[in-house]
Amino acid sequence: MVWRVADWFTLAAIFLLLTVAAALVRCWRGPGPVERIMAAQLAGTGVIGVAVVLGAARGDAAFLDAALIGTLLAAIAVTAFVRGTARPGDRSEDKE
Amino acid sequence: MTFAFDLILCLMILGTAGIALFVRDALAAIAFFIAFGNLMGLTWLGLDAVNVALAEIAIGAGVTGVLLILARARLLALGDDATCSGTPLWLRLGALAACAGFVVLLAASVLSIPPESGLDRVVAPLMPGLGIENRVTGVLLAFRAYDTLLESFVLLGALVAVWSLAPAGAWPGRPADPGMTDAPMRRVAGTFGQLLLPVALVMAAYLVWAGSDLPGGAFQAGTVLAGGLLVAAMGGTIGLPSSDRPLLRAALVLGPAVFLAIGLAGIAAGGLLVYPEGMAKALIVIIEYTLFLSIGVTLALLVAGPPVPDASHPNPEGKG
Amino acid sequence: MSGTDLVVLVLLGAGLAFYAAGSLGLLRFPDTASRLHALTKADNLGLGLVALAAAIYGGSLAMAAKIALVWLFAVIAAGTTSQLLARRTRLDEPRPDASDSAPDGEAR
Repeated sequence: MVWRVADWFTLAAIFLLLTVAAALVRCWRGPGPVERIMAAQLAGTGVIGVAVVLGAARGDAAFLDAALIGTLLAAIAVTAFVRGTARPGDRSEDKE
Repeated sequence: MTFAFDLILCLMILGTAGIALFVRDALAAIAFFIAFGNLMGLTWLGLDAVNVALAEIAIGAGVTGVLLILARARLLALGDDATCSGTPLWLRLGALAACAGFVVLLAASVLSIPPESGLDRVVAPLMPGLGIENRVTGVLLAFRAYDTLLESFVLLGALVAVWSLAPAGAWPGRPADPGMTDAPMRRVAGTFGQLLLPVALVMAAYLVWAGSDLPGGAFQAGTVLAGGLLVAAMGGTIGLPSSDRPLLRAALVLGPAVFLAIGLAGIAAGGLLVYPEGMAKALIVIIEYTLFLSIGVTLALLVAGPPVPDASHPNPEGKG
Repeated sequence: MSGTDLVVLVLLGAGLAFYAAGSLGLLRFPDTASRLHALTKADNLGLGLVALAAAIYGGSLAMAAKIALVWLFAVIAAGTTSQLLARRTRLDEPRPDASDSAPDGEAR
Protein backbone atom coordinates (compact mmCIF):
# COMPACT_ATOMS: atom_id res chain seq x y z
CA MET A 1 0.00 0.00 0.00
CA VAL A 2 1.08 3.56 -0.64
CA TRP A 3 1.45 5.63 2.50
CA ARG A 4 0.14 9.13 2.26
CA VAL A 5 1.22 11.71 4.83
CA ALA A 6 -2.33 11.76 6.22
CA ASP A 7 -1.90 8.07 7.07
CA TRP A 8 1.21 8.91 9.06
CA PHE A 9 -0.87 11.39 11.05
CA THR A 10 -3.47 8.69 11.77
CA LEU A 11 -0.66 6.37 12.84
CA ALA A 12 0.62 9.14 15.09
CA ALA A 13 -2.86 9.46 16.60
CA ILE A 14 -2.85 5.74 17.42
CA PHE A 15 0.58 6.06 18.99
CA LEU A 16 -0.58 9.02 21.08
CA LEU A 17 -3.58 7.01 22.29
CA LEU A 18 -1.17 4.34 23.49
CA THR A 19 0.86 6.91 25.45
CA VAL A 20 -2.41 8.06 27.00
CA ALA A 21 -3.10 4.46 27.99
CA ALA A 22 0.36 4.23 29.57
CA ALA A 23 -0.30 7.41 31.54
CA LEU A 24 -3.60 5.96 32.73
CA VAL A 25 -1.74 2.95 34.13
CA ARG A 26 0.15 5.35 36.38
CA CYS A 27 -3.13 7.02 37.24
CA TRP A 28 -4.55 3.69 38.33
CA ARG A 29 -1.50 2.62 40.34
CA GLY A 30 -1.10 5.95 42.11
CA PRO A 31 0.23 5.73 44.74
CA GLY A 32 -0.50 9.30 45.80
CA PRO A 33 -3.13 11.79 44.71
CA VAL A 34 -0.46 13.96 43.02
CA GLU A 35 0.49 11.00 40.80
CA ARG A 36 -3.09 10.45 39.77
CA ILE A 37 -3.59 14.09 38.84
CA MET A 38 -0.25 14.21 37.01
CA ALA A 39 -1.23 11.14 35.02
CA ALA A 40 -4.61 12.68 34.21
CA GLN A 41 -2.81 15.77 32.99
CA LEU A 42 -0.45 13.72 30.82
CA ALA A 43 -3.48 11.91 29.40
CA GLY A 44 -4.96 15.35 28.68
CA THR A 45 -1.82 16.46 26.81
CA GLY A 46 -1.99 13.24 24.80
CA VAL A 47 -5.63 13.84 23.92
CA ILE A 48 -4.78 17.40 22.84
CA GLY A 49 -2.04 15.94 20.65
CA VAL A 50 -4.56 13.55 19.08
CA ALA A 51 -6.95 16.45 18.38
CA VAL A 52 -4.14 18.47 16.75
CA VAL A 53 -3.00 15.51 14.66
CA LEU A 54 -6.52 14.57 13.56
CA GLY A 55 -7.28 18.21 12.77
CA ALA A 56 -4.19 18.35 10.54
CA ALA A 57 -5.01 15.05 8.85
CA ARG A 58 -8.54 16.20 8.02
CA GLY A 59 -7.69 19.87 7.49
CA ASP A 60 -10.42 20.97 9.93
CA ALA A 61 -9.41 23.94 12.09
CA ALA A 62 -12.40 23.44 14.41
CA PHE A 63 -10.58 20.42 15.91
CA LEU A 64 -8.06 22.91 17.21
CA ASP A 65 -10.76 24.78 19.13
CA ALA A 66 -11.42 21.52 20.95
CA ALA A 67 -7.68 21.21 21.68
CA LEU A 68 -7.54 24.78 22.95
CA ILE A 69 -10.54 24.33 25.26
CA GLY A 70 -9.05 21.08 26.53
CA THR A 71 -5.77 22.83 27.34
CA LEU A 72 -7.44 25.66 29.27
CA LEU A 73 -9.79 23.46 31.29
CA ALA A 74 -7.22 20.76 32.14
CA ALA A 75 -5.08 23.40 33.82
CA ILE A 76 -8.11 24.57 35.78
CA ALA A 77 -8.78 21.05 37.07
CA VAL A 78 -5.19 20.76 38.33
CA THR A 79 -5.42 24.18 39.98
CA ALA A 80 -8.63 23.12 41.72
CA PHE A 81 -6.97 19.92 42.92
CA VAL A 82 -3.92 21.71 44.30
CA ARG A 83 -6.14 24.18 46.10
CA GLY A 84 -8.32 21.53 47.68
CA THR A 85 -5.91 18.84 48.83
CA ALA A 86 -3.97 19.45 51.95
CA ARG A 87 -3.17 17.82 55.23
CA PRO A 88 -5.65 18.85 57.91
CA GLY A 89 -3.04 21.04 59.58
CA ASP A 90 -2.63 23.17 56.47
CA ARG A 91 -6.27 24.01 56.41
CA SER A 92 -6.51 25.64 59.83
CA GLU A 93 -7.41 29.05 58.41
CA ASP A 94 -9.63 27.50 55.81
CA LYS A 95 -12.51 26.23 57.93
CA GLU A 96 -15.81 27.42 56.63
CA MET B 1 -5.69 2.53 9.85
CA THR B 2 -8.68 4.62 10.90
CA PHE B 3 -10.35 1.38 11.99
CA ALA B 4 -7.45 0.58 14.32
CA PHE B 5 -7.68 4.08 15.81
CA ASP B 6 -11.43 3.72 16.36
CA LEU B 7 -11.02 0.29 17.91
CA ILE B 8 -8.34 1.40 20.37
CA LEU B 9 -10.36 4.50 21.23
CA CYS B 10 -13.47 2.39 21.93
CA LEU B 11 -11.54 -0.03 24.12
CA MET B 12 -10.00 2.84 26.07
CA ILE B 13 -13.40 4.48 26.56
CA LEU B 14 -14.86 1.24 27.93
CA GLY B 15 -11.77 0.74 30.09
CA THR B 16 -11.75 4.24 31.58
CA ALA B 17 -15.51 4.07 32.19
CA GLY B 18 -15.16 0.71 33.95
CA ILE B 19 -12.29 1.87 36.15
CA ALA B 20 -14.05 5.15 36.99
CA LEU B 21 -17.01 3.10 38.19
CA PHE B 22 -15.20 0.40 40.15
CA VAL B 23 -12.07 2.01 41.61
CA ARG B 24 -12.20 2.65 45.35
CA ASP B 25 -10.21 5.87 45.54
CA ALA B 26 -12.42 8.86 44.74
CA LEU B 27 -9.61 10.86 43.13
CA ALA B 28 -8.71 7.98 40.82
CA ALA B 29 -12.37 7.70 39.87
CA ILE B 30 -12.45 11.45 39.08
CA ALA B 31 -9.21 11.28 37.07
CA PHE B 32 -10.59 8.40 35.01
CA PHE B 33 -13.88 10.23 34.57
CA ILE B 34 -11.98 13.23 33.15
CA ALA B 35 -9.96 10.95 30.86
CA PHE B 36 -13.22 9.27 29.81
CA GLY B 37 -14.73 12.67 28.92
CA ASN B 38 -11.67 13.66 26.88
CA LEU B 39 -11.72 10.36 25.00
CA MET B 40 -15.44 10.78 24.33
CA GLY B 41 -14.59 14.22 22.95
CA LEU B 42 -12.11 12.56 20.58
CA THR B 43 -14.83 10.16 19.49
CA TRP B 44 -17.14 13.02 18.61
CA LEU B 45 -14.27 14.67 16.73
CA GLY B 46 -13.74 11.43 14.84
CA LEU B 47 -17.43 11.41 13.91
CA ASP B 48 -17.11 15.03 12.68
CA ALA B 49 -19.55 16.15 15.38
CA VAL B 50 -17.29 18.97 16.50
CA ASN B 51 -20.07 20.86 18.30
CA VAL B 52 -20.68 17.88 20.56
CA ALA B 53 -16.93 17.35 21.00
CA LEU B 54 -16.51 20.93 22.21
CA ALA B 55 -19.39 20.51 24.67
CA GLU B 56 -18.10 17.16 25.92
CA ILE B 57 -14.54 18.40 26.46
CA ALA B 58 -15.64 21.69 28.02
CA ILE B 59 -18.57 20.55 30.17
CA GLY B 60 -18.19 16.76 30.51
CA ALA B 61 -14.47 16.62 31.18
CA GLY B 62 -13.63 20.22 32.11
CA VAL B 63 -16.10 21.88 34.42
CA THR B 64 -17.61 18.63 35.76
CA GLY B 65 -14.08 17.47 36.58
CA VAL B 66 -13.39 20.70 38.49
CA LEU B 67 -16.72 20.32 40.30
CA LEU B 68 -15.93 16.73 41.35
CA ILE B 69 -12.40 17.65 42.48
CA LEU B 70 -13.73 20.49 44.63
CA ALA B 71 -16.48 18.23 46.01
CA ARG B 72 -13.85 15.69 47.05
CA ALA B 73 -11.80 18.42 48.73
CA ARG B 74 -14.92 19.45 50.63
CA LEU B 75 -15.54 15.88 51.77
CA LEU B 76 -11.93 15.64 52.98
CA ALA B 77 -12.28 18.93 54.83
CA LEU B 78 -15.39 17.57 56.55
CA GLY B 79 -13.44 14.52 57.74
CA ASP B 80 -14.74 12.01 55.21
CA ASP B 81 -12.00 9.80 53.76
CA ALA B 82 -13.47 10.12 50.23
CA THR B 83 -13.23 6.48 49.30
CA CYS B 84 -16.11 4.50 47.92
CA SER B 85 -17.30 2.29 50.72
CA GLY B 86 -19.05 -1.01 50.11
CA THR B 87 -22.62 -0.76 48.87
CA PRO B 88 -25.23 -3.38 49.82
CA LEU B 89 -25.57 -6.18 47.28
CA TRP B 90 -29.26 -5.52 46.59
CA LEU B 91 -28.47 -1.90 45.73
CA ARG B 92 -25.73 -2.91 43.31
CA LEU B 93 -27.88 -5.55 41.65
CA GLY B 94 -30.79 -3.11 41.47
CA ALA B 95 -28.58 -0.48 39.86
CA LEU B 96 -27.28 -3.09 37.44
CA ALA B 97 -30.80 -4.11 36.47
CA ALA B 98 -31.95 -0.50 36.06
CA CYS B 99 -28.92 0.42 33.92
CA ALA B 100 -29.21 -2.74 31.81
CA GLY B 101 -32.89 -2.01 31.18
CA PHE B 102 -32.07 1.54 30.18
CA VAL B 103 -29.28 0.43 27.85
CA VAL B 104 -31.61 -2.05 26.14
CA LEU B 105 -34.25 0.66 25.70
CA LEU B 106 -31.67 3.10 24.36
CA ALA B 107 -30.14 0.57 21.98
CA ALA B 108 -33.60 -0.47 20.73
CA SER B 109 -34.61 3.14 20.05
CA VAL B 110 -31.29 3.99 18.35
CA LEU B 111 -31.45 0.88 16.17
CA SER B 112 -35.08 1.61 15.23
CA ILE B 113 -34.03 4.89 13.55
CA PRO B 114 -33.67 4.30 9.80
CA PRO B 115 -30.18 5.39 8.72
CA GLU B 116 -31.38 7.85 6.08
CA SER B 117 -33.85 9.68 8.33
CA GLY B 118 -31.36 12.16 9.81
CA LEU B 119 -32.44 15.67 10.76
CA ASP B 120 -29.96 17.05 8.25
CA ARG B 121 -32.35 16.48 5.36
CA VAL B 122 -35.09 18.44 7.12
CA VAL B 123 -32.85 21.22 8.41
CA ALA B 124 -30.62 21.87 5.39
CA PRO B 125 -33.29 23.46 3.14
CA LEU B 126 -34.40 25.73 6.00
CA MET B 127 -30.95 27.14 6.78
CA PRO B 128 -30.80 29.87 4.07
CA GLY B 129 -33.76 31.58 5.74
CA LEU B 130 -31.70 32.05 8.90
CA GLY B 131 -28.53 33.41 7.31
CA ILE B 132 -26.25 31.20 9.42
CA GLU B 133 -24.31 28.11 8.39
CA ASN B 134 -24.01 25.98 11.53
CA ARG B 135 -26.98 23.63 11.48
CA VAL B 136 -26.61 22.74 15.14
CA THR B 137 -26.97 26.40 16.06
CA GLY B 138 -29.92 26.56 13.67
CA VAL B 139 -31.65 23.73 15.53
CA LEU B 140 -30.75 25.00 19.00
CA LEU B 141 -31.70 28.63 18.48
CA ALA B 142 -34.33 28.63 15.76
CA PHE B 143 -36.09 25.36 15.01
CA ARG B 144 -36.08 24.04 18.56
CA ALA B 145 -35.40 27.31 20.35
CA TYR B 146 -37.83 26.56 23.19
CA ASP B 147 -35.62 23.65 24.29
CA THR B 148 -32.67 25.99 24.65
CA LEU B 149 -34.80 28.65 26.30
CA LEU B 150 -36.03 26.15 28.89
CA GLU B 151 -32.48 24.86 29.41
CA SER B 152 -31.26 28.33 30.22
CA PHE B 153 -33.97 28.60 32.87
CA VAL B 154 -33.12 25.15 34.23
CA LEU B 155 -29.54 26.32 34.76
CA LEU B 156 -30.82 29.38 36.61
CA GLY B 157 -33.08 27.11 38.67
CA ALA B 158 -30.10 24.92 39.57
CA LEU B 159 -28.25 27.94 40.92
CA VAL B 160 -31.31 28.95 42.97
CA ALA B 161 -31.43 25.40 44.36
CA VAL B 162 -27.73 25.52 45.31
CA TRP B 163 -28.16 28.94 46.90
CA SER B 164 -31.11 27.66 48.92
CA LEU B 165 -28.67 25.29 50.65
CA ALA B 166 -26.98 28.25 52.33
CA PRO B 167 -26.97 27.85 56.11
CA ALA B 168 -29.19 30.14 58.17
CA GLY B 169 -27.53 33.52 58.64
CA ALA B 170 -25.23 33.13 55.66
CA TRP B 171 -27.70 34.59 53.20
CA PRO B 172 -27.04 36.77 51.25
CA GLY B 173 -23.32 36.29 51.67
CA ARG B 174 -20.49 35.19 49.43
CA PRO B 175 -19.57 31.60 48.56
CA ALA B 176 -16.59 30.12 50.39
CA ASP B 177 -13.41 31.85 49.22
CA PRO B 178 -11.94 29.48 46.59
CA GLY B 179 -8.55 31.20 46.79
CA MET B 180 -5.36 29.27 47.52
CA THR B 181 -4.53 29.30 51.22
CA ASP B 182 -0.81 28.80 50.68
CA ALA B 183 0.87 32.10 49.80
CA PRO B 184 3.38 30.88 47.14
CA MET B 185 0.65 28.89 45.42
CA ARG B 186 -1.60 31.91 45.50
CA ARG B 187 1.05 33.96 43.72
CA VAL B 188 1.55 31.35 41.00
CA ALA B 189 -2.17 30.78 40.55
CA GLY B 190 -2.73 34.56 40.67
CA THR B 191 -0.40 35.16 37.72
CA PHE B 192 -2.07 32.31 35.87
CA GLY B 193 -5.53 33.68 36.60
CA GLN B 194 -4.60 37.19 35.48
CA LEU B 195 -3.42 35.72 32.20
CA LEU B 196 -6.17 33.18 31.74
CA LEU B 197 -9.25 35.30 32.46
CA PRO B 198 -8.78 37.68 29.49
CA VAL B 199 -7.74 34.77 27.29
CA ALA B 200 -10.87 32.83 28.31
CA LEU B 201 -13.02 35.91 27.56
CA VAL B 202 -11.55 36.27 24.07
CA MET B 203 -11.76 32.53 23.44
CA ALA B 204 -15.39 32.46 24.59
CA ALA B 205 -16.35 35.48 22.50
CA TYR B 206 -14.72 33.80 19.51
CA LEU B 207 -16.60 30.56 20.14
CA VAL B 208 -19.94 32.39 20.21
CA TRP B 209 -19.10 34.28 17.04
CA ALA B 210 -17.85 31.15 15.29
CA GLY B 211 -20.99 29.34 16.46
CA SER B 212 -23.09 30.97 13.73
CA ASP B 213 -21.20 29.31 10.90
CA LEU B 214 -18.71 26.88 12.46
CA PRO B 215 -18.74 24.63 15.52
CA GLY B 216 -19.15 26.59 18.73
CA GLY B 217 -21.96 28.21 20.65
CA ALA B 218 -23.18 29.79 23.86
CA PHE B 219 -22.90 26.74 26.14
CA GLN B 220 -19.34 25.89 25.14
CA ALA B 221 -18.35 29.55 25.38
CA GLY B 222 -20.06 29.94 28.75
CA THR B 223 -18.09 26.99 30.09
CA VAL B 224 -14.80 28.53 28.97
CA LEU B 225 -15.78 31.80 30.66
CA ALA B 226 -16.70 29.93 33.85
CA GLY B 227 -13.29 28.22 33.79
CA GLY B 228 -11.53 31.57 33.46
CA LEU B 229 -13.56 33.06 36.32
CA LEU B 230 -12.84 30.08 38.59
CA VAL B 231 -9.07 30.20 38.00
CA ALA B 232 -9.05 33.95 38.59
CA ALA B 233 -10.98 33.38 41.84
CA MET B 234 -8.61 30.59 42.97
CA GLY B 235 -5.63 32.86 42.37
CA GLY B 236 -7.27 35.72 44.26
CA THR B 237 -7.42 37.92 41.15
CA ILE B 238 -11.15 38.37 41.52
CA GLY B 239 -13.33 37.88 44.58
CA LEU B 240 -16.64 36.07 44.32
CA PRO B 241 -19.53 38.50 44.65
CA SER B 242 -22.14 38.53 47.37
CA SER B 243 -25.27 36.82 46.09
CA ASP B 244 -27.47 39.92 46.42
CA ARG B 245 -25.29 42.19 44.25
CA PRO B 246 -27.68 43.79 41.70
CA LEU B 247 -25.04 43.59 38.97
CA LEU B 248 -24.60 39.87 39.60
CA ARG B 249 -28.33 39.25 39.53
CA ALA B 250 -28.54 41.20 36.27
CA ALA B 251 -25.74 39.11 34.72
CA LEU B 252 -27.49 35.90 35.78
CA VAL B 253 -30.88 36.71 34.25
CA LEU B 254 -29.67 38.75 31.25
CA GLY B 255 -29.37 35.83 28.83
CA PRO B 256 -32.63 34.01 29.63
CA ALA B 257 -34.51 37.35 29.88
CA VAL B 258 -33.27 38.61 26.50
CA PHE B 259 -34.04 35.23 24.96
CA LEU B 260 -37.55 35.26 26.41
CA ALA B 261 -38.15 38.88 25.35
CA ILE B 262 -37.08 38.20 21.76
CA GLY B 263 -39.15 35.02 21.78
CA LEU B 264 -42.25 36.89 22.98
CA ALA B 265 -41.65 39.68 20.47
CA GLY B 266 -41.72 36.96 17.82
CA ILE B 267 -45.47 36.62 18.43
CA ALA B 268 -45.85 39.83 16.36
CA ALA B 269 -43.99 38.11 13.52
CA GLY B 270 -46.11 34.98 13.57
CA GLY B 271 -45.57 33.01 16.76
CA LEU B 272 -43.58 32.42 19.93
CA LEU B 273 -39.84 32.31 19.17
CA VAL B 274 -40.36 33.14 15.48
CA TYR B 275 -37.72 35.50 14.11
CA PRO B 276 -38.84 38.20 11.64
CA GLU B 277 -37.69 37.72 8.03
CA GLY B 278 -34.10 38.83 7.52
CA MET B 279 -33.40 39.50 11.21
CA ALA B 280 -32.78 35.92 12.31
CA LYS B 281 -28.99 36.03 12.32
CA ALA B 282 -28.76 39.34 14.19
CA LEU B 283 -31.24 38.16 16.83
CA ILE B 284 -29.54 34.78 17.22
CA VAL B 285 -26.16 36.46 17.73
CA ILE B 286 -27.65 38.82 20.35
CA ILE B 287 -29.28 35.90 22.17
CA GLU B 288 -26.09 33.84 22.07
CA TYR B 289 -23.87 36.61 23.42
CA THR B 290 -26.16 37.46 26.32
CA LEU B 291 -26.78 33.77 26.99
CA PHE B 292 -23.06 32.95 27.04
CA LEU B 293 -22.43 35.65 29.65
CA SER B 294 -25.23 34.37 31.89
CA ILE B 295 -24.22 30.73 31.45
CA GLY B 296 -20.60 31.52 32.29
CA VAL B 297 -21.45 33.39 35.49
CA THR B 298 -24.06 30.79 36.51
CA LEU B 299 -21.70 27.83 35.98
CA ALA B 300 -18.91 29.52 37.94
CA LEU B 301 -21.26 30.18 40.85
CA LEU B 302 -22.66 26.64 40.70
CA VAL B 303 -19.14 25.30 41.13
CA ALA B 304 -18.39 27.84 43.88
CA GLY B 305 -21.33 26.61 45.97
CA PRO B 306 -23.82 28.29 48.32
CA PRO B 307 -23.02 31.36 50.44
CA VAL B 308 -21.26 30.69 53.75
CA PRO B 309 -21.23 32.75 56.96
CA ASP B 310 -19.08 35.79 56.47
CA ALA B 311 -16.71 35.51 59.46
CA SER B 312 -14.39 33.13 57.59
CA HIS B 313 -13.04 35.62 55.10
CA PRO B 314 -9.76 36.91 56.38
CA ASN B 315 -7.70 37.47 53.27
CA PRO B 316 -4.21 36.30 54.29
CA GLU B 317 -2.21 38.60 52.03
CA GLY B 318 -4.76 41.34 51.63
CA LYS B 319 -4.39 40.98 47.87
CA GLY B 320 -7.52 42.04 46.04
CA MET C 1 7.90 12.03 -1.20
CA SER C 2 8.67 15.73 -1.28
CA GLY C 3 11.08 17.56 0.98
CA THR C 4 8.25 19.08 2.99
CA ASP C 5 6.75 15.65 3.60
CA LEU C 6 10.07 14.43 4.88
CA VAL C 7 10.36 17.36 7.30
CA VAL C 8 6.80 16.68 8.50
CA LEU C 9 7.54 13.01 9.08
CA VAL C 10 10.78 13.70 10.94
CA LEU C 11 9.08 16.26 13.20
CA LEU C 12 6.17 13.90 13.80
CA GLY C 13 8.49 11.02 14.68
CA ALA C 14 10.58 13.15 17.02
CA GLY C 15 7.43 14.46 18.71
CA LEU C 16 6.10 10.96 19.28
CA ALA C 17 9.46 9.91 20.71
CA PHE C 18 9.21 12.67 23.32
CA TYR C 19 5.63 11.73 24.12
CA ALA C 20 6.78 8.15 24.63
CA ALA C 21 9.62 9.37 26.84
CA GLY C 22 7.14 11.37 28.93
CA SER C 23 4.83 8.42 29.46
CA LEU C 24 7.74 6.10 30.15
CA GLY C 25 9.15 8.56 32.68
CA LEU C 26 5.80 8.85 34.41
CA LEU C 27 5.63 5.06 34.65
CA ARG C 28 9.23 4.30 35.60
CA PHE C 29 10.64 7.22 37.59
CA PRO C 30 10.88 6.51 41.30
CA ASP C 31 9.40 9.60 42.99
CA THR C 32 6.90 12.38 42.46
CA ALA C 33 9.38 15.16 41.69
CA SER C 34 11.17 13.25 38.94
CA ARG C 35 7.85 12.12 37.48
CA LEU C 36 6.90 15.79 37.36
CA HIS C 37 9.98 16.36 35.19
CA ALA C 38 8.81 13.72 32.75
CA LEU C 39 5.32 15.11 32.70
CA THR C 40 5.97 18.77 32.09
CA LYS C 41 9.07 18.77 29.93
CA ALA C 42 9.04 15.76 27.67
CA ASP C 43 5.44 15.69 26.60
CA ASN C 44 5.15 19.44 26.00
CA LEU C 45 8.21 19.23 23.77
CA GLY C 46 6.50 16.28 22.11
CA LEU C 47 3.32 18.32 21.65
CA GLY C 48 5.41 21.19 20.23
CA LEU C 49 7.08 18.97 17.62
CA VAL C 50 3.84 17.22 16.68
CA ALA C 51 2.12 20.63 16.47
CA LEU C 52 4.90 21.95 14.24
CA ALA C 53 4.49 18.96 11.95
CA ALA C 54 0.73 19.51 11.86
CA ALA C 55 1.16 23.24 11.18
CA ILE C 56 3.51 22.62 8.24
CA TYR C 57 1.25 19.89 6.87
CA GLY C 58 -1.94 21.93 7.40
CA GLY C 59 -0.61 24.52 4.98
CA SER C 60 -2.82 27.48 5.89
CA LEU C 61 -1.53 30.33 8.00
CA ALA C 62 -4.73 30.51 10.06
CA MET C 63 -4.41 26.87 11.02
CA ALA C 64 -0.74 27.26 11.88
CA ALA C 65 -1.55 30.26 14.09
CA LYS C 66 -4.22 28.28 15.94
CA ILE C 67 -1.85 25.36 16.43
CA ALA C 68 0.75 27.78 17.80
CA LEU C 69 -1.86 29.06 20.29
CA VAL C 70 -2.67 25.51 21.42
CA TRP C 71 1.00 24.85 22.10
CA LEU C 72 1.57 28.24 23.78
CA PHE C 73 -1.25 27.62 26.24
CA ALA C 74 -0.24 24.04 26.84
CA VAL C 75 3.22 25.29 27.84
CA ILE C 76 1.88 28.09 30.05
CA ALA C 77 -0.55 25.68 31.70
CA ALA C 78 2.16 23.06 32.25
CA GLY C 79 4.53 25.66 33.71
CA THR C 80 1.87 26.76 36.16
CA THR C 81 0.51 23.38 37.14
CA SER C 82 3.96 21.84 37.61
CA GLN C 83 4.91 24.56 40.09
CA LEU C 84 1.62 24.11 41.91
CA LEU C 85 1.94 20.31 42.00
CA ALA C 86 5.55 20.51 43.18
CA ARG C 87 4.54 22.85 45.97
CA ARG C 88 1.67 20.56 46.90
CA THR C 89 4.03 17.59 47.03
CA ARG C 90 6.37 19.47 49.30
CA LEU C 91 3.59 20.52 51.65
CA ASP C 92 2.18 17.00 51.74
CA GLU C 93 5.51 15.34 52.55
CA PRO C 94 6.80 17.00 55.68
CA ARG C 95 10.55 16.48 56.06
CA PRO C 96 12.28 18.19 58.94
CA ASP C 97 15.63 18.80 57.18
CA ALA C 98 16.22 21.52 54.60
CA SER C 99 16.74 19.06 51.76
CA ASP C 100 13.10 19.35 50.75
CA SER C 101 13.63 22.64 48.99
CA ALA C 102 14.64 20.87 45.80
CA PRO C 103 11.26 19.97 44.27
CA ASP C 104 9.78 23.36 43.53
CA GLY C 105 13.12 24.86 42.66
CA GLU C 106 13.78 22.53 39.78
CA ALA C 107 10.54 21.06 38.63
CA ARG C 108 9.55 23.89 36.35
